Amino acid sequence: MKRILMFIPIVLGTVGLMIGCNGGGAKKAAPAITGGNSPADAAYVAPGEQDEYYAFISGGFSGQLAIHGLPSGRLFRVVPVYSVDAEKAYGFNEETKPMLNTSHGFIPWDDAHHPELSQTNGEVDGKWCFINGNNTPRVARIDLSIFETTEICELPNSAGNHSSPFTTENTEYIVAGTRFAVPVPQKDMPINIAKGNFKGSLSFIKANEPGNMKVAFQVLMPGFDYDLAHSGKGKSHGWTFFTTYNTEEAYTLKEVNSSQNDKDFIAAINWKLAEKYLAEGKGKEVPGRYAHNYYDEETHTATSEMIETVTVLDPADCPGMVYFMPCPKSPHGIDVDPTGSYIVGAGKLSADLTVHSFDKMIAAIEAKAFDGDAYGIPILQFDAVNAGTVSSGGLGPLHTEFDGKGNAYTSFFISSEVVKWKLESWEVVDRVPCYYSIGHLMIPGGDSKKPWAKYLVALNKITKDRYLPTGPELCQSAQLFDISGEKMKLLLDFPTVGEPHYAQGAHADVIKPMSKKIFSLEENKHPYVCKTEKDARVERDGKDVHIYMTMIRSHFAPDNIEGVKVGDRVYFHVTNLEQDWDTPHGVSMLGAQTSELLIMPGQTETFIWEPKAEGVWPFYCTDFCSALHQEMQGYVRVSAAGSNTELKWSLGD
Amino acid sequence: MLKQIPRLCMLLTIPLTLQLFFFPLWQITLEAPQYPEGITMYIWINKITGSSEFTLQNINILNHYIGMKYIEPDSIPELTYFPYVIGFLVFLEIIAVIIRNKWFYLGIGALVFAMACLGLYDFYLWEYDYGHNLDPNAPIKVPGMVYQPPLIGSKMLLNFNAISLPATGGYLFLLGNVFGFLSFVTYPLKKRK
Repeated sequence: MKRILMFIPIVLGTVGLMIGCNGGGAKKAAPAITGGNSPADAAYVAPGEQDEYYAFISGGFSGQLAIHGLPSGRLFRVVPVYSVDAEKAYGFNEETKPMLNTSHGFIPWDDAHHPELSQTNGEVDGKWCFINGNNTPRVARIDLSIFETTEICELPNSAGNHSSPFTTENTEYIVAGTRFAVPVPQKDMPINIAKGNFKGSLSFIKANEPGNMKVAFQVLMPGFDYDLAHSGKGKSHGWTFFTTYNTEEAYTLKEVNSSQNDKDFIAAINWKLAEKYLAEGKGKEVPGRYAHNYYDEETHTATSEMIETVTVLDPADCPGMVYFMPCPKSPHGIDVDPTGSYIVGAGKLSADLTVHSFDKMIAAIEAKAFDGDAYGIPILQFDAVNAGTVSSGGLGPLHTEFDGKGNAYTSFFISSEVVKWKLESWEVVDRVPCYYSIGHLMIPGGDSKKPWAKYLVALNKITKDRYLPTGPELCQSAQLFDISGEKMKLLLDFPTVGEPHYAQGAHADVIKPMSKKIFSLEENKHPYVCKTEKDARVERDGKDVHIYMTMIRSHFAPDNIEGVKVGDRVYFHVTNLEQDWDTPHGVSMLGAQTSELLIMPGQTETFIWEPKAEGVWPFYCTDFCSALHQEMQGYVRVSAAGSNTELKWSLGD
Repeated sequence: MLKQIPRLCMLLTIPLTLQLFFFPLWQITLEAPQYPEGITMYIWINKITGSSEFTLQNINILNHYIGMKYIEPDSIPELTYFPYVIGFLVFLEIIAVIIRNKWFYLGIGALVFAMACLGLYDFYLWEYDYGHNLDPNAPIKVPGMVYQPPLIGSKMLLNFNAISLPATGGYLFLLGNVFGFLSFVTYPLKKRK
């Protein structure tokens, strides 16, 4: 027996030791660079470490969305949304061209202002980021598993989509309010009879179902200018608030003529009631032509459909659906606190902030505490809805976000500062200058029910002397503040892409786990996919030549093609066969009047080449893919039009 | 109760052998700076899998630069007949539990041990074949370099650290063999005349 008892521990010990060999190493802590207490340490993310937050910063007139990390400010990716992008072939390859289609044709640019993350129960869920296109009114969906634009919906009866795309609590809708009043439907008429004849549309776009992001309904409003919006949350869920300016309905020299009224309005839309009226058949289907573009991740291809009509609700037919709340001096931002109780209007030509109470608003509606009406829409008495005024001491409040601990932070454009104040006591508790002229500001989750109140990002309009000059056009910039303590602390200046209007942020844990590494080749349903090298081929169909090409480290199949003729239209349908993380390949053809393709593992993309001259022309891989990347290249022989060169293709003979 | 120990040990060898259908026998991990997560290939009695669905394809892509043959499970006959060998071992172990014979017990222990040694030798031969039998036209040729992974332990192969170790199934199988021998060792001495 003794023998046995000795034997067992030895065996088990050995096995344990061997299993123990497989353990991983411990993670090292980030070293401080200046001793631990400077702002540099707070914003420092050591090499190899990752940021704590994602920031989604609008690219403004670049039409893009920039993805940064916080607190480092490092730029990770620029997502083209309303702009063509030669780097990613967005808008250049055949698959994504339909994304930029509109009722006015292909438009390769727009002005992207406000990113908005999708929410579930009023909290950021990290599924999608939406962003508006201001010029040719559009909204877009960026899928945050792939960080690519996957859906764009144009807006009919709208002009200048500024108050957009703010979401409702469960991403039931994103909204879009027109910045310009225009004839609805559009028609030829004199401009100087705008007053009373132009209209403003507020669109509610279905957003929680990819592939079906279309206008659910529009509320046809008086012809004011609609500036920004935010939806209610918690108790105020079911309402969306829009700021208006130019309630004067001026049509010229607006800087003066639309700044005359002491008070403009916050429009409160009861969209749950709107849904009820729609169900009762109160909606009217009117002409309204708009494009709906959807990128299918399985076919790797976008399609564009044109929709001809839109359902419109007229407030006159829908009592109780719309109310106006007075707000001083052309309000810009309209922000709802995390509890859904307070609605903060930022009168941009004023020194003060106006805070209305949702509870008081409901009570005022019940008590019919009206102060007349505008085009039949009841105007609630200012005192009946007002909860308080923040006397800021600054000038030009634009936008407010919240920390979820009873504090609000408002940007002041004219006095170039962030002001921190307390909800309910309305007292100002701190202020910091911005360099220079802050527009919007952003706290990750700061317009949701659950802010992550550690950092605040100021999105500035002017840079001047903050960076090395780059000629007359200077870099765009944001600033990072620590808001974890009583006092705000400036940590970092960092450059951004285009003009950063608004931004959104979320903790990395909400987004990172959903990030895809590859596309499944097996599930690739592209009509011209080629899944194995032995299926690689060239087919002629009249003057169209279709190349079914594959790419894998480190060759194309086929890499020699003959029988192409001058005057042909050659389609390169290229599939990346790789199924490993971070193994894209690129491809470009000498003389092709388009961009390169940058193709992710498992993806198929197409470009067209129309050879103009006989010869032997090269193509090559543009993304450094491997030690033999430089060898990843091929030839196409181009013969004279009408020649008899046989169509053939090969790899390695 | 003590009398039952040998038989219990033999009984334990059955699940410890059968588990090979559910756990991999061996694992080879490749580590390189560009592969922070490592690439691990698992060798089962009937298949080869990886830490991801596409591990084998990705290893083959890397291996082609040095001219190593593609690792194709279909071309490895062992993966077809190993399950039968294991099935046969389980059959013998069941017989052993039924007939309760000390020498049969020893025979099982020895046979399983021999099988394990043979299996290791076979594994070594495959490693040798993959490591030495290289395409003379390979893009990367380092004079004198062979790419045979270690039988057990780790070894630098160019930029990759190759680590070869038993996997869960392998350890459990080894434990089964220990119990096989224990069933012999614990067999009551007094029965011997």
